Amino acid sequence: MLTDQTTLNWFAACNVADVPANGGVCVKYQETQIALFHFARRDEWYATQNECPHRKQMALSRGMIGTQNDEPKVACPFHKKTFSLTTGECLTGDECSIKTYPVKVDNGQVWIGVED
Amino acid sequence: MKVVIIGNGMVGYKFCEKILSKTTNVELVVFGEETRPAYDRVHLSEYFSGKSADDLTLAGIEWYELNDIKLHLGDPVQSIDRVKKVVHSHLGISESYDYLVLATGSAAFVPPIPGVDKQGVFIYRTIEDLEMMQQHARKAKRGVVIGGGLLGLEAAKAMLDLGIADTSVIEFAPRLMPRQVDDAGASVLQNKLSALGLTIYTSKNTSEILGEETITGMRFSDDTILHTDMLVISAGIKPRDELAKAAELATGARGGIIVNEKLETSDPFIFAVGECALYNGMIYGLVAPGYEMADTVATNLTGGDKRFTGYDMSTKLKLIGIDVASFGDPFIETDQTRSLVFEDTLKGIYKRINISGDGKELLGGILVGEAAQYNMLLQTCKNKIVLPPNPEDLILGSRGGSEAEGAGVQGLPGDALICSCESVTKADICNAVTAGGCETLDGIKKCTKAGTGCGGCVPMVKDLLVYTMKSQGKYVRNVLCEHFNYSRQELFDLIKINDLRSYDEVLNKLGQGDGCELCKPPVASILASLWGEMILKKGNDTAQDSNDRFLANIQKGGTYSVVPRIPGGEITPDKLIVIGQVAKQYNLYTKITGGQRIDLFGAHLGDLPDIWQQLIAAGFESGHAYGKSLRTVKSCVGSTWCRFGLHDSVSFAIRIEERYRGLRSPHKLKGGVSGCIRECAEAQSKDFGIIATEKGWNLMVCGNGGSKPQHALLLAADLDSETCIRYIDRFLMFYIRTADTLTRTATWLNKMEGGMDYLRNVVVNDSLGMAAQWEAEMQLLVDSYKCEWKEAIENVEIRKRFNHFVNAPEKDPSIQFEPMREQKKVADWK
Ligand code: SRM
Ligand SMILES: Cc1cc2nc3c(=O)[nH]c(=O)nc-3n(C[C@H](O)[C@H](O)[C@H](O)COP(=O)(O)OP(=O)(O)OC[C@H]3O[C@@H](n4cnc5c(N)ncnc54)[C@H](O)[C@@H]3O)c2cc1C
Ligand code: SF4
Ligand code: FES
Repeated sequence: MLTDQTTLNWFAACNVADVPANGGVCVKYQETQIALFHFARRDEWYATQNECPHRKQMALSRGMIGTQNDEPKVACPFHKKTFSLTTGECLTGDECSIKTYPVKVDNGQVWIGVED
Repeated sequence: MKVVIIGNGMVGYKFCEKILSKTTNVELVVFGEETRPAYDRVHLSEYFSGKSADDLTLAGIEWYELNDIKLHLGDPVQSIDRVKKVVHSHLGISESYDYLVLATGSAAFVPPIPGVDKQGVFIYRTIEDLEMMQQHARKAKRGVVIGGGLLGLEAAKAMLDLGIADTSVIEFAPRLMPRQVDDAGASVLQNKLSALGLTIYTSKNTSEILGEETITGMRFSDDTILHTDMLVISAGIKPRDELAKAAELATGARGGIIVNEKLETSDPFIFAVGECALYNGMIYGLVAPGYEMADTVATNLTGGDKRFTGYDMSTKLKLIGIDVASFGDPFIETDQTRSLVFEDTLKGIYKRINISGDGKELLGGILVGEAAQYNMLLQTCKNKIVLPPNPEDLILGSRGGSEAEGAGVQGLPGDALICSCESVTKADICNAVTAGGCETLDGIKKCTKAGTGCGGCVPMVKDLLVYTMKSQGKYVRNVLCEHFNYSRQELFDLIKINDLRSYDEVLNKLGQGDGCELCKPPVASILASLWGEMILKKGNDTAQDSNDRFLANIQKGGTYSVVPRIPGGEITPDKLIVIGQVAKQYNLYTKITGGQRIDLFGAHLGDLPDIWQQLIAAGFESGHAYGKSLRTVKSCVGSTWCRFGLHDSVSFAIRIEERYRGLRSPHKLKGGVSGCIRECAEAQSKDFGIIATEKGWNLMVCGNGGSKPQHALLLAADLDSETCIRYIDRFLMFYIRTADTLTRTATWLNKMEGGMDYLRNVVVNDSLGMAAQWEAEMQLLVDSYKCEWKEAIENVEIRKRFNHFVNAPEKDPSIQFEPMREQKKVADWK
């Protein structure tokens, strides 16, 4: 989790309309790939690393989102390992976890916060 | 009565739980050397695959408070005064006792090798050990485990989990797991482990650990050297009897506190249980016998009468994803016994069963690589169930002929022990279902505790649950996931009746929560089967399984494959040329598939629409290789060219493939048409297979290739083409409507009550009166077919989804290829 001490650099990722409802897209930020999800059912936005830590595949943005006991999650398209969108923790019992990023939406524009 | 327990490990904890379930009239005081309350050591390794210390805890501090147990953690007992009946702890606490229970467990045995005290050398027993390993592993590239037994291989798995790919295992004995498996089994196991990247050395004796302060390598008695950054010693266990020794209780020459059948030590007021107890010359290094010991002492202290008379040491484990099991007497070899052995070196499977000379009784055995039969074999062995006439069926499964499935759970006696960790019998479980009203696995776990220990019996508990419910005439619910309390069949009907058209509508009306990867694909598939609408319609696009969502199969590395439909396997030279041109232009790897068509691999997501645009322009269509839908209808060349051909099988295959293309179903569908009984199209291995006869076509259904091949069965003989198609329409609609998600037609039929006779009655004799409706529904789907790739490339909204980045035009820079035989392959994954 990010704390107040760290300075966040917000960059404009894309427009709200670029992201499919209840799905994800991959955002390029410098050399980093970030998966951005619009959880329209809950009116929530999430961003995580795009790489699935299981087999190091750049694929999470193409994964299916949903919930497990109300915890929002994404399932990797490769082997269906699932990760919490809030904590990045692997929910299918693996040690690996993913990085999450804060997202804000302002006037139709989606912003992602990264630590520089 | 005041009982003091020394040791708060698995067995010490179980003793508290057992005695409290039998009486309230007891004062309990527990001393634990570790700082945490008892945790699940059996699943210790899961700490590295994500479980926290809290997850492993057997009961939190609150449980001890609630039950008025005085718990002193981080405070080992230092001496026992047997005359005054008082124990003294390290922190200076003294507690008197009426009875004392020693549950001090064991410690890792560390051989006296010079240098074992160097940094980077670990043992594998407590959460603290694991925390230290984790810390050290960050800087380590190479790792070694001493010990190729059960614990050693588990430690090796932990090293891999810690990211140390270069891990070796050193075993002193000539083979791995010398206590559980024989030479042949061990060599199969060793091959499998080597294939996973572990280096295994047997018959190797470590003479010295090298390095200044920190380990850098090891020297062996044969003077070879192995460099390493980290070492885990897992060479066996040493019972912790130091306290007992100091108190002058009788102990064994090689360690362990000597106990009798009541687990009494040489002092009748002191008991020993678990891994510190030596019964009949033996230390029981497993949790189930320890629990049995705890129960025996608890029973006797509360007025009961129970004896511990030894314990079955059968085990089943999953080592690095490889099943290994041994049961009964795995090694027995006498004149009066015989052993049946099955070995498949390619697949890495080894199975051995030992049976009595008269062939009636199972005495023991070993399973490596595949242990699905373990529970049944163990029960057959323990309950002395008479063996079937061909005992090899037990390990090979029945091979054709009459149904010799072996006895299922029905065949077991009521007192068969199903869960040995918690000593739960078959009768206990059946009772929980019939009298206790438990109708879920979780319910049974709560009510009987079965399956809460090592978990090995869970499949059998499930079978018993289903069997008991069925025998009560109850319907066994098979719900999709936490968001839908319905089976696929129920959902299908409800979606139809309520005329629901999108995933969200279905969820709002019939489910709860926000959905997940378990319910979205089956619901999306039902919607497609019912309404035949474009699957990427807004709202349903993100409910499609990933392959459906991008109309292509995702592959290692993140590229996709392109499979145009080639109905019946027939293709013109011009079309072949187009495939070649497209493959060249986009640098795709091409291969003829097992389904008589051509697959183009390695396409970037962003290139898919352009590739398909060119293919469609040349007259191709989507081959639906990505969908749970019709794949191919394989054909043989048939009467147009073949001297034996009875009818034109190619034309009929094309007609059928074009009829059902795009149809969405619970699992994929495959067909085949052969021009005569020589069956060159392998139609009998398909979901529906058609074979030409003198008088027409024979229609066979529910065949399957894959991992459990099954021959299709004859549904109807000598049909004319129109009737044959009508029957297939009905058959497919019946399947789509009633099968569970991801169930092929073969499995669907295997689960169907009444089997083939029932199916034939429904399809041919129209016993449900549904035939006309099903045929009409199928005709609607056939008429509404459109190539979904064509629609996708024409729709700008859909087309723009095929970009790797939403904010940049380039392709995924992380994808890498390597050359191979004049084409390319994707770089291997890490
Ligand atoms: C390409 C092909 C192998 C080849 O190079 O020949 C293939 C490739 C795949 N098969 Fe297959 N199967 C291929 C013919 C077969 C056959 C042979 C046949 O159809 O005659 C079988 C056995 C027959 C059968 O299905 O009964 C077959 C049985 C499977 C199974 C096991 C199904 C089962 O019921 O047990 C799976 C797994 C599944 O579907 O869950 C599977 C799954 C797969 C997947 C989709 C795995 C995946 O999810 O990624 C592979 C996709 C590779 C890709 O990226 O495109 N494939 N697969 C063949 C494509 C045929 C085609 O033209 O569409
Ligand atoms: C990695 C691993 C995997 C395993 N896998 C399996 C498996 O798959 N199946 C299976 O059946 N078994 C397995 N086991 C074995 C199983 O964990 C043990 O059989 C079981 O834990 C024994 O319980 P216990 O209570 O006798 O000993 P322990 O669980 O070791 O508990 C003894 C406790 O007593 C404490 N103690 C010792 N001396 C004192 C003292 N003087 N004062 C206070 N406290 C003291 C110790 O610190 C310890 O906490 C495995 C063990 C390990 C380490
Ligand atoms: S057999 Fe296995 S590896 Fe080969 S294509 Fe089919 S799924 Fe892939
Ligand atoms: S690569 Fe993501 S689950 Fe395997």
